[in-house]
Order: sequence, then C-alpha cells, then structure tokens
Amino acid sequence: MTETQKVRFYQTGTHTVGNRLMEAESRTVQASPERSNAITSGHRACQGCGEALGARYALDAAMRATGGRMVAVNATGCLEVFTTPYPETSWQVAWLHSLFGNAPAVATGVAAALRVTGQHDVRVVAQGGDGGTTDIGFGCLSGLFERNDDVLYICYDNEAYMNTGVQRSSATPAFARTATTPATGPHPGNVAGTGKNLPRIAMAHEIPYVGTASVADLHDLEAKVTRAMAIGGARYIHIHVPCPLGWGAAAHDTIRLARLAVESGLFPLIEAEHGEVTAVKPIRRRVPVEDYLRPQKRFAHLFRPGHEDRATLAAIQATADANIRRYGLCPEGQE
Amino acid sequence: MTDAPKPFAITLDPGSSRANHTGSWRSERPVYVDRLPPCNAQCPAGENIQGWLYHAESGDYAAAWQVLMQDNPLPAVMGRVCYHSCEGACNRATLDEAVSIHAVERFLGDYALDHGLRPQVAAPPSGRRVLVVGAGPSGLSAAYHLTRLGHAVTIREAGPMAGGMMRFGIPRYRLPRDVLDAEIARILSLGVTLELNSKVADIEAAFAEGFDAIFTAVGAHLAKRTEIPAHAAGRILDAAGFLARVEMGEAPQLGRRVIVYGGGNTAMDVARTVKRLGADDAMVVYRRSRAQMPAHAFEADEAEDEGVMMHWLRTITAVDGAAVTVEKMVIDATGRPQPTGEFEVLKADTLILALGQDADTGFLARVPGVEVAPDGVVGVDARMMTGRPGLFAGGDMVPAERTVTVAVGHGKKAARHIDAWLRGGALDAPERHAPATFERLNTWYYDDAPRSLQAELALVRRQTGFDEVVQGLTEATALYEARRCLSCGNCFECDNCFGVCPDNAVIKLGPGNRFRIDYDYCKGCGLCAAECPCGAIEMVPEIG
Amino acid sequence: MLKQIEGSQGMAEAIALCRPQVICAYPITPQTHIVEGLGAMVKDGRLSGCEYINVESEFGAMSVAIGAAAGGARAYTATASQGLLFMAEAVYNAAGLGLPIVMTLGNRAIGAPINIWNDHSDAMALKDAGWIQLYAETNQEAADLHIQAFRIAEDLSCPVMVCVDGFILTHAFERVDLPTQAQVDDFLPPYRPVQRLDPANPYSIGAMVGPEAFTEVRYLAHQKMIDALDVIPRVAAEFEAAFGRAAGGLVRPYRTEGAETLVVALGSVNGTIKDVVDAERAAGRAVGSVSIGAFRPFPLAELNAALAGARRVVCLEKNLAPGLGGALASNVRMALRGQAPVHTVIAGLGGRPITRAGIAGVLAAAAQDALDDLTFLDLNRPVVEAQLLRAAGLRESGPIAENLLKALNPGRVERVSPRRMQE
Ligand SMILES: Cc1cc2nc3c(=O)[nH]c(=O)nc-3n(C[C@H](O)[C@H](O)[C@H](O)COP(=O)(O)OP(=O)(O)OC[C@H]3O[C@@H](n4cnc5c(N)ncnc54)[C@H](O)[C@@H]3O)c2cc1C
Ligand SMILES: Cc1ncc(C[n+]2csc(CCOP(=O)(O)OP(=O)(O)O)c2C)c(N)n1
Ligand code: SF4
Ligand code: SF4
Ligand SMILES: [Mg+2]
Repeated sequence: MTETQKVRFYQTGTHTVGNRLMEAESRTVQASPERSNAITSGHRACQGCGEALGARYALDAAMRATGGRMVAVNATGCLEVFTTPYPETSWQVAWLHSLFGNAPAVATGVAAALRVTGQHDVRVVAQGGDGGTTDIGFGCLSGLFERNDDVLYICYDNEAYMNTGVQRSSATPAFARTATTPATGPHPGNVAGTGKNLPRIAMAHEIPYVGTASVADLHDLEAKVTRAMAIGGARYIHIHVPCPLGWGAAAHDTIRLARLAVESGLFPLIEAEHGEVTAVKPIRRRVPVEDYLRPQKRFAHLFRPGHEDRATLAAIQATADANIRRYGLCPEGQE
Repeated sequence: MTDAPKPFAITLDPGSSRANHTGSWRSERPVYVDRLPPCNAQCPAGENIQGWLYHAESGDYAAAWQVLMQDNPLPAVMGRVCYHSCEGACNRATLDEAVSIHAVERFLGDYALDHGLRPQVAAPPSGRRVLVVGAGPSGLSAAYHLTRLGHAVTIREAGPMAGGMMRFGIPRYRLPRDVLDAEIARILSLGVTLELNSKVADIEAAFAEGFDAIFTAVGAHLAKRTEIPAHAAGRILDAAGFLARVEMGEAPQLGRRVIVYGGGNTAMDVARTVKRLGADDAMVVYRRSRAQMPAHAFEADEAEDEGVMMHWLRTITAVDGAAVTVEKMVIDATGRPQPTGEFEVLKADTLILALGQDADTGFLARVPGVEVAPDGVVGVDARMMTGRPGLFAGGDMVPAERTVTVAVGHGKKAARHIDAWLRGGALDAPERHAPATFERLNTWYYDDAPRSLQAELALVRRQTGFDEVVQGLTEATALYEARRCLSCGNCFECDNCFGVCPDNAVIKLGPGNRFRIDYDYCKGCGLCAAECPCGAIEMVPEIG
Repeated sequence: MLKQIEGSQGMAEAIALCRPQVICAYPITPQTHIVEGLGAMVKDGRLSGCEYINVESEFGAMSVAIGAAAGGARAYTATASQGLLFMAEAVYNAAGLGLPIVMTLGNRAIGAPINIWNDHSDAMALKDAGWIQLYAETNQEAADLHIQAFRIAEDLSCPVMVCVDGFILTHAFERVDLPTQAQVDDFLPPYRPVQRLDPANPYSIGAMVGPEAFTEVRYLAHQKMIDALDVIPRVAAEFEAAFGRAAGGLVRPYRTEGAETLVVALGSVNGTIKDVVDAERAAGRAVGSVSIGAFRPFPLAELNAALAGARRVVCLEKNLAPGLGGALASNVRMALRGQAPVHTVIAGLGGRPITRAGIAGVLAAAAQDALDDLTFLDLNRPVVEAQLLRAAGLRESGPIAENLLKALNPGRVERVSPRRMQE
C-alpha cells in the first residue's frame, strides 16, 4: 500500500462519505461501521429528514472527537419528538430534553455540573431547531455565548417551525410559503427583509468558534464539529437541514437541495473565530438560485406557469450574489 | 448514583427505538444493481473495463490484470494498438475527459510481463481437440480461451512466426516485438501447440485428423490493387508486403522519394516506416480530404509530426518512371470526391499502394456450406460458426471491423461457442445489464481531474529508428488514471449510501462485500439512490 | 453560632453550609441579598467546589439548575415574583424531570401593577408545579429550612421551594443560630442523583409521553408528594435531634387546645398571629392558630387533626384568587371537609402591613359570627367604591336589574356573591 499512497488523488474521497482507498483515519466518521449512530434506527422522522441525518452526522463526529465522552442537551422540536416518544428512544448518547427555549441554559448547567464533579473530559453539545435557536431560545443562547460557557451549540436549520406544522421562524427565508406566511395576496410568502442571521449574531459575541455547515457536505461538517470540539468555550455550528415535509420537496432530494443551497450562494459555508471569518468553502459548481428554489413547493408561487415571478427571483439571486461577494465564495475568475 | 429506579416513562434506555420497525412506511425499496458501463458495452473484446480499473485503483495490479485476462490475453499489446473506442463511450468524457483506459491497460500488461504474472486456468481437461488456423490475434485469443476452457488446442500458422498482422503489419515503433513475443509466449506456455510454416489448405482433412472443431482466423492479406496506367513502369509495392519485408529485415530499396497511396492507418504506418528507413520525402496521396480519411486523426498527426507530407484530394492517374501524375479532386455535395481536370506531377522513386486487403480464403470455398464473398470474406452466424458444422471463423476474414480488438473478441466469442458446441449445448450468455448512462450518475461526488498524457519519444529519434514512440504511464500516473474511473453503474464502496441514510438502514458488509439494506428500518426515502455517485441503486415499487 | 444578621445573609450562610455545587440566579428584589451573599462566598473562596453562574433571566436560571442537577450537581437558585413567573415553564419541567433543585422564593406580589413588596401571589401561582413548598416563619427557620430542603429534595428526587416573606424575613436583622459545617455535613450527605447525564450510561432523559402513560406519570408525581408527607416531618424530627431546635414540619399548631376560632396562615405572619392569640387568650377568648409549614404537599390529615374541634377557621392569606377568594382557604376547606366554616381573609397584599389590631378585629367579627366568607382586611373602601361608580357610569352594559342593584347598594363590593360568580 505504501506505493499507492503516493498518489493523493482519490476519485471520490473528497466528496463521498467514504473511500475504501484512504487510510481509515482520514475517512469520515460516517464511513465507519464503528460510528456511534447517536440516533439509531426506528426513529419517527419523515422519510428523507435532513435533521435526522444532520444530527447523526454532527453527534457522531462529536462522539469521535471526544472519544465518546460527550453528553447532549436537546430543545423541543422535531428532533426531540421523533427520537423520544415513550417507550422508545433512538438516542445512543447520554441525552436530556428539558424545554423548547432553554437548551443553551440547560447545557450551561450540565457543563457546570461536569466541572464541579470533576468530569473535565466530558463535553456538552446542545442542539435545537431554528425556531428553538433563533427565536425562543435566543436569549439563553446569547447568554451562553457571552459567558463563553464550554458548550457546543448546534442549530439544525430547516427554516421553519416544522414540528408544529411549518410555521414561520426568524430563519425562514424571504418569500417562502409557510402555514403562517401563506402564498396569497399581493406579497405572497414570507416578508422580504425580515429574519435574522444567527451565525453572524454569534460572531458578534466574539465566541471562540462559529461555523456553518450543510448535510450536503459531510466532510466539511465533520471537520467543523471536530474543530469545534478541539477548543473550549462557547461554540456555535449552524447546519442547513432540508425538510421534505416543510419545504414541499421529494424525500430523495434532501441532500441535493442542501447542496444547491450551498452552490447557489444562499447558504454560505464559513468559519469564524473570535468574531473574524477565518475560512470559507468556495462554491465548486455555481448554480442560479432558481435551480434550488424550483423543486420546492414552498416557492411554487414564484414559478406559476406563464407567470414566473422574475422580479422576486432576481431579488433572491441578488441575496445569493451578495453572499458570494461578502464571503468571496467564488474564487477569482469563477464569478 | 442511587439504586432507585429511573423515572417511569420520562427516562428511556438507549437505542430502544430499534423495536420500532419503520420499514413498514415504505412504498419503494432501494435495490443494489450492477449496470453495464458504456466502456464495457463498447469494448469489442468484451472487457470488463470498469471491473479491472476497480482493482487497479487500489494498486492491486495483479488482481486487475487477472480480471483483464478473463477477456483478453494480450493486454500489453492491446494497451498499445487498440483504437480504444471504449474511451469514446466513456461517461467521464461528459464530465471532463475520458479515462485513458488504454494507457492503464498497457500499464497492467507491462506490469504482468515485468512480474511474470500468469493467468488463472481452472477448467479440467475436456478431452476435446480444437484446431486453430492462423496465429494472428484472433487465433491466439481463441487458442487461449479454448485452453482455459479445458480443450487441447493446436494452432497451425502459415508464416514463420506467430502474431499475424500484429507482427507483419503493425510496425515496431508502435508495438515493440519483445512485448508481442512475451504475450504470445505466455499463451503458448498454457499448453497450446503452435505449428509454424504450416499453411492449412484442406479443412476436411484437418477434421479427419481428429479435431473436434476448427477455428479459422487467417486474416486478410491479399493486397487490393487499382488500375494505374503504365503502372509497371515505376517501382510499385503493396503495403502489407512492404511492411512484412521490413519486419523480416528485408527492407527493399526505396530511393529518396516515396509516395504512399491510401488514407488508412496502414498508409500512415507505411509512410512513417518509409521515413524511418531514411527516405527524404515520404508522401501520402489520398483522394479524399483529411476529414474523410479512414486513418485515425492521431495517426495522421503523428505521421505529420515526423515529417510525412500529406497530399489530400489527389488521385494518381499515371506513373511514368519517377513522375507520378495526380489529379486534384473536389468533394461534391454528396461527400464524394470528383475529378477536377487539374493535374500535378509529383516525383517519386517508389509508389507503395495501401489500398486495403482481401481475405485469402480460397481454401474454404470448397468446404460445403461455407459462404465466401468475392473479397474472400466468410459468412458466420451469431456463434461465429460457418455453414460447416464445427467450423468457426473470426477476425479480419469475417464481416466486421478489422482491428486487433475485434479479432481478439471474435476469438473469445468463438471459443465460448465452440466450447458450448463441443459440450452439445448452446452458450447461455448471461443477460446483459441495463446501460449505466451518464444521467444516472451523481457527478457531484467526483473530483475534478484532468486526463493524464503519455509521453512521446523525441522527434529525431522517431524519424531515425523504430523505438517505441508512445511511452507508458508511470505507476503513479497509471494509478491516478485508474482512479479517474467513475465506476459507472457498479458499486465501488464509496460509503455514500451507508452515510446518507437518515434511518441507518444501510449495513456495511466490509471491504469487497458492498452493502445490504435493512428493510426493517428503510423508509424508502430514496436518498441512497439519489446520492449514489455511480447509479448502482434503484428504487423499485413495493408490491402489495 | 449565634449571629445578629440580615435574614438573607443567614439563609446564604445556611445554603453555603449545604455545599451547593451550582448556583445560578438572576437578580430580583427581594431575593438579591441572598444570591449576592452566596456569590461573594463563591468568589472569595469561602464556598468552594461551587460554580456561581450569572444568567440572563430567571428562565435561564431555572434551566441552568435543571442542567446542573441532571448533570449530577447539587443545584440552587432563588427568585421572587415576576421572576418565578418568568421561569414558570422551567419550574414545572424541573419537577417533571424529578430534579432535586432547591429554590428560595422571596415572596413578593405580582404585577401589574408592579409592586416589589411581600405577599404570596407568586408562590400560589405555581403551587401545583410539582414542587414541595415550605414556608418559613422566622429568619432562623428560613435558614434551617434550607438545610432540610436539600435533604427532602434529594430523598425524594423532587424540587423544593423554600418560601420566605420578602423584606419581612429577607431584609430583617435578627439573631440567627447557624450550625457548623460538620453538623450540616452529618445531616446532609453528598448528592447522589437517581439519574444523571453520564456517557457511560447513555439513557435519554425527558422523553415525550403520550396519553398511554401520561396519567401514570402524573399519578406517580402525586404519589411522590404523598410520600413527602412522611419525609418532611421525619426530616424535621431528625433536624431537631441533630441541631437541638425545631424547624419545618407540616403543620405547627399554637394554643389550639379548646380554641373556638383557629387562625390558619403561611409564613412570617404567624408571628403576629401568635402575638394576637396570646393577647386573646389573655383576654379569655378561646383562640388559637395553626401555621402551615408545607403547603405542598398539602397536609390534609394533619391539618384536619390540628383544626378538629374549632367552631370556625379563619384563613389569613396573602394572596388573592380573583373571582374566588384565597388559595389557602380553598385548600383548608378540603382538609376540614365541612366540619366547620372556613373564612377567607385576604391580607397583606403587595406589602400592606398586617397589624395585630387588624387581626384582632377579624377575630372579634368571627366570634360574633359576623365575618363574611371573604373579607379584604383594611380595604380602603371609599377608594374602590368611587372607582366602581365611575366605571359603572362609563359602561352602561349588563342587565338593568344588575345596574340598579349596583346603584342601590354600592357598599358591598368586597363580597363576592355566588350570583356574580356565575356571570
Ligand atoms: C499496417 C497495419 C496496421 C494495423 N494497425 C492496427 C492497429 O493499430 N490496431 C488494430 O486494432 N488493428 C490494426 N490493424 C489491423 C489488425 O492488425 C488486424 O485486424 C488483425 O491483426 C486481424 O487479426 P486476424 O487474427 O484476424 O488476422 P491476422 O492478424 O491477419 O492473422 C492471420 C494469420 O493467419 C495466418 N494464415 C493465413 N492463412 C493461413 C492458412 N491458410 N493456414 C495457416 N495460417 C494462415 C497468417 O499468416 C497470419 O499469421 C492493422 C493492420 C495493418 C495491416
Ligand atoms: C414554549 C413553547 N412554545 C411552543 C412550543 C411548541 N413547539 C414545539 S416544537 C415547535 C417548533 C420547533 O421548531 P424548530 O425549533 O425550528 O424545530 P423543528 O421542529 O423545525 O426541527 C414549537 C413551536 C413549545 N413546545 N414550547
Ligand atoms: S417535519 Fe421536517 S424536520 Fe420534522 S421530521 Fe419531518 S422532515 Fe424532519
Ligand atoms: S468512467 Fe470508467 S466505467 Fe465509466 S465509461 Fe469511463 S472507464 Fe468505463
Ligand atoms: Mg425548524
């Protein structure tokens, strides 16, 4: 094998989950039959749920990074509901659910308890949906950040309150149809110019680490979780997880949509330390936002046959373009 | 912690959800399939290209070579002379550039020669004897496959050496003879009897000798001629005869200026050989344009690089001593060349006609049931059998494209049918897999990787000697190139399905064993199928 | 050790002796001095092995306590009034998860109108959150109850709220006898959680439970409270044995023998009541009182026994259930099962002083059977009448008969008639 390892090119190693040709330690956690499967089979997530996948990706990576010395705190939401309906749980990591809006604070408490009881090697990961994170849990999360508590907080962003039936959250994108932003009236869908960008808010707290990740890019996601687990203090990772149900998309399109969100520039993959952007993942094959929007029923009102809403599509494209400019997502010449 | 019981219902035991079989939600189920990659589908020798590239990717060249050898006993030769139509079909071409399949094949062929690898022969002796007529690629291939199937094979070859057109046609600078000799020797070493200088003239007599079946592959060696007024006046040679004499070390005197007449690969080989033999001017005269020549562009390119002059759209109308009169042609609306009435005179000491060959199959005309066309081509059925039961034929002498690869393919195909015929049955060929089209690939997962190039010999050395022009790949480059393969339609254990299943319903079976779906938990979301890079998973409706 | 000390300081010292490991709090009057005191002790090292976390809200505070307790640490927090309501969801959650958190509630009114002074509206608002509620009469008891609270909470895996009257106890300087660390250590063993987040035992805590088991879960929560009826007095008895003074327990009768009228109350007002009882007894009137030490679980049987024989019971309570009366009286009626009439006297709301004279007045009225079912002690009647009149003039709605009645009989507004309740 030493001979062959001279060639560093792997047809698929950089993008697929695994690669039989790479040394085991440079493969993804997900490629390993020994992965923790933080969430195991039998959970009740919808077919093709991006959140179920993202959470397993993230926690398995955290489990590897900590050698299994990790506990998790979960906010209310789909992730909690589909994993732990009595009498069965899908979790195989130590796991605690308290409330919808308090996961960051509960995690702070757990971290403190672990410290005072001398379990310095055990790390805490808190997690919640976009609603739990950007809205109802926002105060607690900001508190966690400003105190720089030793917690990695992961937001699984499916861009609405899915568990309660797809209502708008402050992470819902402009123009998207939700149950509370219906596609009717002169300005259908979610109101443009609203919402908040939590990764940037997290950066404003100047916490040690902020990263955005996507279920479409496992290598990047695992690298970010691993990086986050290697440092102390408050860390935040925001993972884009398509929801077939809420987005009106095919179950098999979950990863493709996540990928298109990244490749269109609508969901930039970045890393920041102490408030400064330290790395961005360049777009590999740039696509127009339409490619991303069109397969989703929540944007169907933009694509009515014969009445395509070009102005709105242009506005969304402008958002993507602005992201690309802001973070330099398209290296020289590619733009 | 105290021993008190955990709170009822609120606290649950890890992983207990496995009791909940979510597979019942499914309306479609993923199924692993193997599809036929376009390269395999295209290969005239029926190679499992994707299959051997898979092993080459991991650096297991011996395993790769063994897979290759299941279809083709001449990889080192083929990696050099095959026109690799597989690469024209390669899906990777749609992504960036085709995989350099031939270069990896050549690497494996050379690797096996360097390491003395031997093919695996498993079948017990059948007790049957088969005669092969002609030791060209088709005959050698048939002999190899028949031997592997357990039959005792004798090759009778009219010439003094085995190889057919590989030796007496294809020049050394494209196919070094040590390579050819070694691969032929390896076939013979399996126990094939080769009788040289044994031209077969009577097939029925051969059957009478006790051969249970006969495979003829005598090639096409009779030079086609054309009417050129006063052609007797100048020195006029035919291409095949010329190349054969060069190969035998009997290169004829050519003079300083040589015209080669024809636009095929043979014409290019002849012109390049002429150049190497020291002629000042090697000219190709062809009646159509470059775009229409039958030669491959790369062959014309290489010839031009070496200083061969091309006279396109010219026909030779008269030869008078050293003066060769040519008429300019134009291509008409139907694409045919038409005379213009404009003439030029070229100076040439020798004119070599490279106008193609007919098959010398007169000896078969007498065999009852065998159909022989005016150009000597012999008719065969789908089993490669002629109208005479037990008499099979392949290679240049049957209606097909005339290439080493086709010849080798015929040899294999004929061998399998002969085997079936000898065993008193018909070959039940396994059903062909559905094609692995580009649309079925999820190309996102493949890295961008430009095709590697093969180095070429310095020009001066190409113009002065017969050293091999195109160089092989280094191991590192061959490995890289093998890894460019997309593994179209066949699982290559990238772990994507194992990773992307939100329900952990894909079970990894370990290296070489691929994966299994756990239908107890598979909800049928289809993510595995959608994210399989090579399209090796299909969603099929659940019934009932 | 005897100390002349502010109530909050006394509690802080007692809590520190209990070796809490995680303290989290968000400031609100009148709780501030307690957590400031603890913060100082953590900061200067007098309270070691403890993390003091400044959180962003009471919701955060209770949530941190939840996390800490589930993480295996002894967790403590304190709040009052608005703060308790702000954390309400987490208060229920802590109980639901069976986490033995101890919280001091510096009882204070709830706005609007915002009011920083003492009453029991906050405690009553969350009386059924699944927490044990203990009430302190004195600063000494406030300190002692905290030591017992940790024992009770951890014995039962149930959170305990120690209710101390804002300002009256928290800000009053009194002599408090504080035990030694060794004494407390003997009484209160280190925290051994029933369950905690542990990578080696990775179970899931906080599952979603549907109709198929929710009733059973709630039944078990109730049963835990029933168990607490045994545990609370047992711990109080052990405390008395260990520390040589009585504190805590379910009910504390005072001069109830032969009493015709018994006054029932929660918390510090019992001090005033006892003074009145003494005076009344001195004047030959058969009056006694019962202080309820544990409002949750509600000691039905113990109370019934304590109140047996009284001709009437007067509940003096610092909360109002608008449209009904008082939470304490409702509960006491349940204990008495109709054996004697129970009168509700709403008193001390938003810090209004409860005077001996006021209580004596109530008792006098009671003795003549002239006490209404529901009485607002020291209500400034002209003010409310004028306001009601103005309001009636503005809003000419409702049945005519009703309006006429209002106009004819404007004086009896404090009485809630059954008729009005049905509206
Ligand atoms: C100059 C030239 C260059 C070429 N270059 C390429 C190339 O780069 N790539 C490619 O794929 N193809 C090439 N070809 C074509 C290729 O060589 C032939 O298609 C191929 O060799 C045919 O194989 P075969 O076995 O059918 O016949 P042959 O190779 O012609 O072999 C037939 C054999 O039968 C023997 N024989 C004939 N009659 C009898 C008899 N009666 N009894 C016994 N033995 C007999 C002959 O002596 C000969 O050895 C080239 C051909 C020429 C002429
Ligand atoms: C305090 C409170 N308010 C509202 C709810 C109802 N609720 C439960 S889950 C949920 C939506 C969760 O949305 P999000 O956090 O985005 O997670 P998702 O379900 O989309 O993964 C809501 C609104 C609740 N449980 N608690
Ligand atoms: S609603 Fe969306 S987030 Fe919730 S389980 Fe279904 S797919 Fe997942
Ligand atoms: S990529 Fe590989 S399998 Fe696909 S056509 Fe090319 S060589 Fe064949
Ligand atoms: Mg959501």
